[in-house]
Amino acid sequence: MPHVSALPIVTPFVAATALVAIRPLARHWLDDLIAVAVAAAVIALCAVLLYRSGSQPVTYWMGGWRPSHGVTIGISLSIDPLGAGLAAFSAVLVLAALIYSLRYFDAAGGLYHALVLLFGGAMAGFCLTGDLFNLVVFFELMGTVAYALTAHRIEERAPIQGAINFAVTNSIAGYAMFIGVALLYARTGALNMAQIGAALDAHRADPLVVVAMAVLFAGFLTKAAAVPLHFWLADAHAVAPTPVCVLFSGVMIELGVYAVARLYWVMFAGPMHPHLIALRAILVAIGVTTALTGAVMCFLQRHVKRLLAFSSISHVGVFICGLGLLGHRALAGVAVYVIGHGLTKAALFLCAGVLLHRFATIDEFELHGRGRELRAVGIAFALGGVLLAGAPPFTLFAGKSLIEAAASGSGYGWLIAVFTVVSALTAGAVLRVAGRVFLGWGPASGPDPQQARAARERVDELRDAREHTPRTMVAVPVALLAAAIAVALIPGAVPAIERAAARFTDHGAYAAWVLRGAGVHWPAIAPSHVSFDDVLYGLLSSGGALALAALALFGAPLRASLPGSLRAGLATAVAGLRGLHSGHVGDYVAWWTAGASALGAVCLLALG
Amino acid sequence: MSFLPYAVAVWLFVAGLWGVVASRNLVRTVLCLSVVQSSTYVLLLGVGYRSAGRAPIVADVPVVSKLVDPTVQVLVLTDIVIEATVIALLLALVVQAHKRFGSVDPADLRPLRD
Repeated sequence: MPHVSALPIVTPFVAATALVAIRPLARHWLDDLIAVAVAAAVIALCAVLLYRSGSQPVTYWMGGWRPSHGVTIGISLSIDPLGAGLAAFSAVLVLAALIYSLRYFDAAGGLYHALVLLFGGAMAGFCLTGDLFNLVVFFELMGTVAYALTAHRIEERAPIQGAINFAVTNSIAGYAMFIGVALLYARTGALNMAQIGAALDAHRADPLVVVAMAVLFAGFLTKAAAVPLHFWLADAHAVAPTPVCVLFSGVMIELGVYAVARLYWVMFAGPMHPHLIALRAILVAIGVTTALTGAVMCFLQRHVKRLLAFSSISHVGVFICGLGLLGHRALAGVAVYVIGHGLTKAALFLCAGVLLHRFATIDEFELHGRGRELRAVGIAFALGGVLLAGAPPFTLFAGKSLIEAAASGSGYGWLIAVFTVVSALTAGAVLRVAGRVFLGWGPASGPDPQQARAARERVDELRDAREHTPRTMVAVPVALLAAAIAVALIPGAVPAIERAAARFTDHGAYAAWVLRGAGVHWPAIAPSHVSFDDVLYGLLSSGGALALAALALFGAPLRASLPGSLRAGLATAVAGLRGLHSGHVGDYVAWWTAGASALGAVCLLALG
Repeated sequence: MSFLPYAVAVWLFVAGLWGVVASRNLVRTVLCLSVVQSSTYVLLLGVGYRSAGRAPIVADVPVVSKLVDPTVQVLVLTDIVIEATVIALLLALVVQAHKRFGSVDPADLRPLRD
C-alpha cells in the first residue's frame, strides 16, 4: 500500500473542503467530530510513515512519474524519519488545538475547522515533500491559511493589523524563495531537491548558487522569525486565537528552521563544504542575535501572549544556533528541543487561553492575583516555566545538552553561556507571570499602564468573562506538559532521534535513495550521554530563571538603588528596542530588506 | 541570451519593495506586493526562454522543433494562483481595516501600542 505516503496530506485537504461544502447542513458537533477524527487519523498515518521510514526511507512518486537514469520529472515525497517525525508532531499539536477549541469558542463554525485541517495538511506536506517547488508551495499554503486564522476575530482591530503585517512580510519572503527556485532551476534544470543536490555537487559555490541559497534561507528564516526578519511574529501571535497560537509557536516557525536544514544538507552541502566554517559562523551569529533579542523583549512584555511570542523567537534563536553548528549531533539536539519546546509552549499558550476565556484580558498586571482560584492552571503554568528553563532531566534539558555538547566540540563553547541566559530570561518571565497572576505576588501595577487596553480580548461576542472553565481546557495543557516531561525519559527515544538526525545529514545517501531507490545501510551511531556539566548548566539556568522572576516581582527596592544614570541608560535602550517593534508594516519590510540584503552580502563575501 | 529580463526582474522586485516600505495606503501596499511578485514571473519566464523557441504545445508540431521550457510556465501559473489568493485575502483585510480603523494608512493601524 504505497499510497499511504500521500494520505497525511490528502486526508485533511479532502476533509477541509468537505467541511466547507456541507456547511449549510452541518451541526456544530458534526464539524467537531470530523475535524478531531481526521486529526487523529493523520497522527496514525504519520506514525505508520515514521515506523516504515525507520528501517528504510520511503520515496513516493506522485502519479507514478518515477525518475529514469537519475533524472526526475515527477514530484516526490521523500520521507525520512526526521521528516515523518516532524509531520507526526505537527499532527499531535493540531489534534491538541482542535480538542481545546471544542469548548474554547462558543460558536466556531466549520470554516475554522476547515482552516485548521488545511493548515495541518500543509504542514505535513512541508515535512514530507522532496521537491523544492512543492516545498515553497506548501509554505505559501501554510502562510495563506495562517493569515486567515490570525484574522479569525475579523470584527476587532488588533487581529486585522496582525494579519496584514503577517501576510505582507511572509508573502515577500515567499517571493524571495521563488527567486531562489528560479535561479537553482536555471543552474541545474531540476526541481527535485535530491537532483539539484546531485547537480550542485559538481559545482563550486559560484555567486549564483550563493545568492540562490541566501534568498532561500532568508525566506525560510522569515517564517522561522530570525532577527531582523521576525517583526511580524509578535503582532500575529498576540492576536491570533489561542488554539492557533499553539500551532504557530509550537511547530510552524520551527518548520522554517527545518526547511533551512533540509535545503542545506540535501542541496548545498556539496558546494558549501569548503566554506563550512564561514557558513557556521554566519548561522550562529543569526541565531545568537535572535536568541538574545527575543529573550530581552520577552522579559519586557506585560501582554502574556506577546511575552510567549517573544519567548518563541528567542528559542528559535537557539534552534538556529544548533542548526548552524552543521553537525548531526547538534541537529539531534535541535529536534529533541523542538519537541520539548513545542509541547511546553503549547501548554503555556493554552493556560494563557484559560485566563483569557475566564477574565477577558491577558494583561499580567490586570490579572494580578485573580488566578488564585485556578489552582491547576497555575501549577501547570509554573511547571511550564520550569521546563522552559531546561531543568534536568526533562525533554528541553536533553535537547539543550546535546546542542551544548556539540557546541563545545566545534569550538563554540561560549554558546552555552548564551543558552543559559536565554533560558533564564524566557523562563524567568513565565515564572514572574505565574507568581503575579496565580499567587498575587509583587506589585499590582506596572510600567506602561496604557498597554493593558491592547491585552483585553473577548473570546466571544456575548460575554466578557465567565464563571467556569471547561475541563477539557485544563486537561489539554496538562496532557501536553506530561508529554514534555516524559518524551526524553522514554528509554531509547533520544538515541532514536540521534540516529534519525545522522540519516538526515547524510548528503550522499539521500540522493541515492531518492533518485535510484537504492537501499541504504546506515552506520551505527553511538548514543551520547548526559554529563555532569550538562546537569550543572541545567540547574544554573533554572536557578537563574527563579532568581530573575523573584527580582522582577520583589526587586523594586533593589532596582531603585541603582545609580540614576544607569537607570536612564537602560530605560533609553528599552524604549529604543520597543520602538523598533512599531507595528508599521512598512518599517517591518524595510527591516526585512536590510536583513535579507545583509545576509546575501555576507554570504557573497564569505562563501563566494 | 539577453540580460534584459533579469534586469527587469530585479527592477520590479526592488521597486515593489520600495513601494511597500514607503506606502501610506494599504491598497497601494497590496498592489506593490503584486509588483514584487511580478518580478518572479519575469525571472521564471526569462530562465525558460530559448531564442526562436516555439510555444510548448506539442500536439500539432513535430517534436524536433525548438520549444521554450514548459516547466517554468507551469511554475508561473502556480505562482499566479497563489497571488490571486493572497491578494484577495489581503484586500479583504484592508476593507475590514477601513471599517474598523476608519483609515487605510498603515501608520494608523497600531492598536498594540496604545
